[in-house]
Amino acid sequence: MSVGRFWLLRGISLFAAAGSLLAANALIAWLRATGWVDDYTYRVIMLCGINILLAVSLNFINGITGQFSIGHAGFQGVGAYTSAAFTLASIRWFQERGLAGTSLGDQILLASAIVVGAVSAALAGLLVGIPSLRLRGDYLAIATLGFGEIIRVTILNIEAVGGARGLKDIPILTNFLWLYLVVFLLLALSRNLLVSVQGLGFLAVRDDEIVAEALGVNTTRLKVIAFVLGACFAGIAGSLYAHFDGYLNPDNFRLEQSIIILTMVVLGGQGSVTGSVLSAILLTVVLEWLRFLPTITLGGRAFTPSELRMVFFSLMLILLMLWRPKGLLGQKEFGWMVLRQYWRLLRT
Amino acid sequence: MTEPILTVHNCTMRFGGLTAVKNFSLQLMPQELVGLIGPNGAGKTTVFNLLTGIYRPTEGQIIFRGRNITGWKTYRIARLGIARTFQNIRLFRSLTVLENVKAGARIHMRTGLWDAAWRTYPMLCEEEQVHAEAWRILQEIGLDDVAHYRAGDLPYGEQRRLEIARALAMHPYLLLLDEPAAGMNPQETAHLMELIRRLRDEYGLTILLIEHDMKVVMGICERIVVLDYGEEIAQGTPEQIRTNPRVIAAYLGEAPA
Repeated sequence: MSVGRFWLLRGISLFAAAGSLLAANALIAWLRATGWVDDYTYRVIMLCGINILLAVSLNFINGITGQFSIGHAGFQGVGAYTSAAFTLASIRWFQERGLAGTSLGDQILLASAIVVGAVSAALAGLLVGIPSLRLRGDYLAIATLGFGEIIRVTILNIEAVGGARGLKDIPILTNFLWLYLVVFLLLALSRNLLVSVQGLGFLAVRDDEIVAEALGVNTTRLKVIAFVLGACFAGIAGSLYAHFDGYLNPDNFRLEQSIIILTMVVLGGQGSVTGSVLSAILLTVVLEWLRFLPTITLGGRAFTPSELRMVFFSLMLILLMLWRPKGLLGQKEFGWMVLRQYWRLLRT
Repeated sequence: MTEPILTVHNCTMRFGGLTAVKNFSLQLMPQELVGLIGPNGAGKTTVFNLLTGIYRPTEGQIIFRGRNITGWKTYRIARLGIARTFQNIRLFRSLTVLENVKAGARIHMRTGLWDAAWRTYPMLCEEEQVHAEAWRILQEIGLDDVAHYRAGDLPYGEQRRLEIARALAMHPYLLLLDEPAAGMNPQETAHLMELIRRLRDEYGLTILLIEHDMKVVMGICERIVVLDYGEEIAQGTPEQIRTNPRVIAAYLGEAPA
């Protein structure tokens, strides 16, 4: 490949990505203006994006590198609380300079809040990862679970961020463009690493650690990198969530949240990036949709939608796993890479 | 006189009360083809695990290419040039045949994860080279027609050959083969012997192999080391080993007095 061709292709793909992102943003703005997309639907669309971030970043740790982590909500919580605290602390500085509320000021504020969330969650990932990645399988799962709970209990006991009352009045800064820009970035990063020879190192660690070492792969380093990268994007998801909802509560980051993210990864097919995206969207929409169940009376007792929601959710998961035991896409990717593989098989 | 590429000095490996390898010493000259044999449980695979750093010897030293690699991490030893195959085939079963070979070739890449994440120009150029190199090795070993199959779907004999291909992609100085002919039919075994000889002659590799098939060991090895209960009981040319009374006793049991 010549340098010229490289930059031409790179230019075209960046242009196409930026173009489609802006077009989608314009479309959403128009649909909202015309009332086709109401506030509630918009909220679901945004939650989809946040859950895609969480699922794809956990997939990097669990599915691609094979390290079983169930403390992802903890990293999300670290990112959410630190970035929100940062915004609340620095908004006065922005107000004094007349920057708060202006478009440019808001963008700068959000961007720096994202960076703060990302860095703090990545640091937390490093802190947890270095000692606990010596553990394998179930033991690592227990260690990460413990970490998640420690984070939640810690936040619960810090009065400065509201404790059990939660943190409110966080400026609402997240918009469609920012959220899906980050989603695009994470997807591009995962895909690039997954198709590269360097990225084979992660898959090698997942399949057989001893063989990976014998092939010259520094498995400890790769595991820590995967863990920190995953934690970092969970932190970004957290900060985007904080500035979307405007209110944080320690209860948002309970074990249940970690389990839901894990469910997205498993349901999508361990290791499949597009699988994680599909199941993140599916589960977000289904969980919202189940809020509108009718009240059902059984044996003289009325079951409210909130009671039935989790019953139906679990039922759906069981049926899906029976139908597709390896997840929606197995270890495959949806799209032209699958098509290309089949094409190659046909030719040979 | 040329320097030995590998020197093992009085290595002992103890697991609790069990001494798996006792006072083992070995010298390999460049481009030598040496066989390591012995009854089951004699400690042959333990020797491989010591050489590749999976175990750290309880006592003794291992010198490879002039460096003392005793206690080094496995991946560093691999980068210095020791590649191996495994007794029970350990391929990345979910990856394709080509990807398995590339996973071996990854070791010498100059561009890192950062380049891979952003698909920089140097990284794309290097990947093209790695791709070509992996193809060349697959052609050499005769696996190019199954390059896009999942490794786990290959027949047994081809899986064994793929393990060798993956090790070759690392461009090692020393190749350790752990029972490469196990489970092969006579025809596949003949091909394998031909291949091992060619690897030594064309790639200039030093090869140490564990094998139970005496036809293979006697047929291609220049020198044979015999282990029994973790101790070396004999060393020499195939002819010397064939007639050595201690070796015969170890394999068949002592002759009644």
